[in-house]
Amino acid sequence: MKGWMGKFRALSLLGLLALVLAGCGRENLTALKPKGYGAETSLHLIILTTVVMSLVLLVVAIVYITVLIRFRKKKGKEDFIPKQVEGNRTLETVWTIIPIILLIIIAVPTTIATFDLASTKGEKDHLNVEVTGNQYWWHFNYKGEDIQTSQDLYVPTGEKVYLNMKSSDVIHSFWVPSIAGKMDVNPENENTMYIEVNEEGVYWGKCAEFCGPAHSLMDFKIIAVSPDKFDQWVSDMKDVDPDAVAGSKTAKEGEKLFQDNNCMGCHAVGSSPVQVGPNLTDFGNRTKVAGVLDNTKENVVDWIMDPDSIKPGNKMSGNYPELSKDEASKIADYLMELKPSKVTPESAGE
Amino acid sequence: MSIAATQKRGFGAVLWDYLTTVDHKKIAQLYLIAGGIFFLFGGIEAMLIRIQLIKPDNDFVSAGTYNELITMHGTTMIFLAAMPLIFALMNVAVPLQIGARDVAFPFLNSLGFWLFLFGGLILNCSWFLGGAPDSGWTGYAPLSTTSPGHGVDYYVIGLQIAGAGTLIGGINFLVTVVNMRAPGMTYMRMPLFTWAAFIASVLILFAFPALTVGLFLLMFDRMFDTAFFDVSLGGNTIVWQHLFWVFGHPEVYILILPLFGVFSDVFSTFAKKRLFGYTAMVFATILIAFLGFMVWAHHMFTVGLGPVANTIFSLATMAIAVPTGIKIFGWLATLWGGNITINSAMLWALGFIPSFTIGGMTGVMVATVAADYQYHDTYFVVAHFHYVIVGGTIFGIFAGLHYWWPKMFGRILHEGLGKLTFWTFFIGFHLTFFIQHFLGLMGMPRRYWVFHAGDHLETGNLISTIGALFMAFAVIVFVINVIVTARGPKAPDDPWDGRTLEWATASPPAHYNFKQTPLVRGLDPLWIEKMDGNGKITPAEPLGDIHMPNGSFLPFLFSLGLFISGFGFIYQTDNKAWLIVMIGGLAFSAAMMFVRSMKDDLGYHITKEELEREAD
Repeated sequence: MKGWMGKFRALSLLGLLALVLAGCGRENLTALKPKGYGAETSLHLIILTTVVMSLVLLVVAIVYITVLIRFRKKKGKEDFIPKQVEGNRTLETVWTIIPIILLIIIAVPTTIATFDLASTKGEKDHLNVEVTGNQYWWHFNYKGEDIQTSQDLYVPTGEKVYLNMKSSDVIHSFWVPSIAGKMDVNPENENTMYIEVNEEGVYWGKCAEFCGPAHSLMDFKIIAVSPDKFDQWVSDMKDVDPDAVAGSKTAKEGEKLFQDNNCMGCHAVGSSPVQVGPNLTDFGNRTKVAGVLDNTKENVVDWIMDPDSIKPGNKMSGNYPELSKDEASKIADYLMELKPSKVTPESAGE
Repeated sequence: MSIAATQKRGFGAVLWDYLTTVDHKKIAQLYLIAGGIFFLFGGIEAMLIRIQLIKPDNDFVSAGTYNELITMHGTTMIFLAAMPLIFALMNVAVPLQIGARDVAFPFLNSLGFWLFLFGGLILNCSWFLGGAPDSGWTGYAPLSTTSPGHGVDYYVIGLQIAGAGTLIGGINFLVTVVNMRAPGMTYMRMPLFTWAAFIASVLILFAFPALTVGLFLLMFDRMFDTAFFDVSLGGNTIVWQHLFWVFGHPEVYILILPLFGVFSDVFSTFAKKRLFGYTAMVFATILIAFLGFMVWAHHMFTVGLGPVANTIFSLATMAIAVPTGIKIFGWLATLWGGNITINSAMLWALGFIPSFTIGGMTGVMVATVAADYQYHDTYFVVAHFHYVIVGGTIFGIFAGLHYWWPKMFGRILHEGLGKLTFWTFFIGFHLTFFIQHFLGLMGMPRRYWVFHAGDHLETGNLISTIGALFMAFAVIVFVINVIVTARGPKAPDDPWDGRTLEWATASPPAHYNFKQTPLVRGLDPLWIEKMDGNGKITPAEPLGDIHMPNGSFLPFLFSLGLFISGFGFIYQTDNKAWLIVMIGGLAFSAAMMFVRSMKDDLGYHITKEELEREAD
């Protein structure tokens, strides 16, 4: 048995080492380095409960190890019959009351934090964004601003932003670990949560509720910029003239192909609301193609040619005429030139 | 081993014996074999999942297949592996521990098994007939109502039939414990395993109907165009979650409480002490079960129920830590001052304490609602529930199997192989799941087919997969152990110097269990007799004729009818001709019920003379 114990130690050491090497995960994805109010509140509770519960574990471990060392069957005492103890009122009371006290220590801040995070007091005075979850992409409609975006959500730093969330199909869950905890996006009712981002940056968002084959590919980003830059972005996004965007010759051809091939049936450029597919107004500025690929021309072409190979089960596959590589490349040129604002993920420090 | 003993009769006769048996000990073996095979299926699915996640952006399996794998892994492990293995232990031990000759309804006991088996078979047929269910073991609407193909139909029908079997089994144990206890076996003298099985049966009685209702609604939505969960027609998808978790939360206590009982029995046996704080342990079990019904919505903290509901369910959930703590300290106090033997059965029980404590500790953490907004639906939760289900239920099943193997088969499992199984499984288990707590917090949601390179999730996932390989190795060693043991020496009647009534019977017990119903004079009745120098249980009655039930093929046929009908239900959405199969199967089952009602089957008697002829 000694050998196994040794191996166990070596392995746990390896595990611990790996953990240290990995740090706390990717910056702007991990819940362990919060950059927003909700995530900070959660992390405080995570640390509090970990400490309290580790104390309990420590007590259990001490008693457990003592038992294993002291009361194992010993040579020469194989037939020893221990005293048949019935119980001990005092001991039992102590280990009932102490956990209750520990739980109260956790329960009070939990309750306060829960009500705090659910508060909608300032909803009217702050930016409100309508969030729609779709298989497998996110849509954002800035209420009162006439701005529609998909996949990338721009927010000002240091301000509360209220998200009114609803799903167009199955249940999704909106989660940006380093900014705030998650909230489900249901088809029947609107859920509201607020986020408040502390510093500029591009934050990784994930869908956390199982929603179909491409569930793990339903990524999005929160792009937090200073309030000044955000105002700039808002004014840029408001006056987008979709037809005035394309500059180069191929892009112009691409725009025509885009319209001829009925892409507009599902997608929109500009501020008209969308039903089926993502709004492409700021496609050129996006951090990712389809949420998961780097925003390069090759990736856009690959995506247009065969979306299903990248995002299985998505609703774009098979819903438009087959395109030649050349046509796809022109459409890609057009899409890549959709850059209505100078405020981009780069300006958030990405 | 009874299989070996009956082999002289030829394969056909043995098969017929098992197809028609109503003996709780043979049904326990059936549950063990069927549950064990499904456990291997679930394990293979788990290994495929871990291989897919061994590196970032892997394409070992497709996204669709991956979703089928996670769905079937969860469903199989909960319904088709853990539940029947628990039923195997309950069947082998409960009647013996209360000094009964059988369960209250032997026919229903058999029916429960066959319904479970055929339900499980339907579910697994989906792999070969067009695709397994792919909407998660929780089957959340509208993903489940809109999932294309027949996968979810298999899920609905399979679980409905298997669930009916479980419900029947649970009711049977309730009645058995209430009515069949030997003279002197008061409630407060029952071994903790029997207590836990009894309370788990209460949970089954109240929880499974909620599943049944949920599955019916889902079935009608998918097969008969109703709109219970269709939002566009006025339905509500959250209702499914409530129904599912009103069943699903008590279910996790159904999965753990009987094993708490196993650990209690194992600890007191191998520490040679009576259980510390018996009364408190019983009431803690009852309290856990009661609270288990009050906390279902903690699975729904992120649904948007509002802060009031979330806080109430959060605090109620935390409260469960108190009775659970009482139990943990009760076990430690049982060991304290004992004369502890460490063998394979005890190793699993000892390994359970730190593992389950970690699982319980993360349980309080995920109950902390505003922190759960981060944990929910991530690998942190995956880690948490594997810590309690594997570290509690699976460890408990292994402990129970090593402990009761001599009672089940008349052989003792090989100690060396048993220890090898334990240590590799124990190391693999912690290696697999401990690191997943961190993966979750580092941004890895559960049910993710791929994670991306550069997300810093590679190392953790690799370690996790290596751990899973250790566990797979351990299970293979256990299977080898079972095969090796079958040829090993016969076990004595009471190999562990036991304290409870099952050790007063032969290994394996005669088909009538006790020649004379035992007289129970206190807690740990066999121990009392040993201490008084009798070494044998005092009988409560003179030797007399024993009434035994006849075997019956009807439970098998009845379940077969529902099995056939299930395919009719599933495929009538494609072609109405299948309605014939659907109705035909149901009619066949109804006919079996009719036969059962009309035929007088009064069983038979083992006469006093026969009993006297048998060697004592």
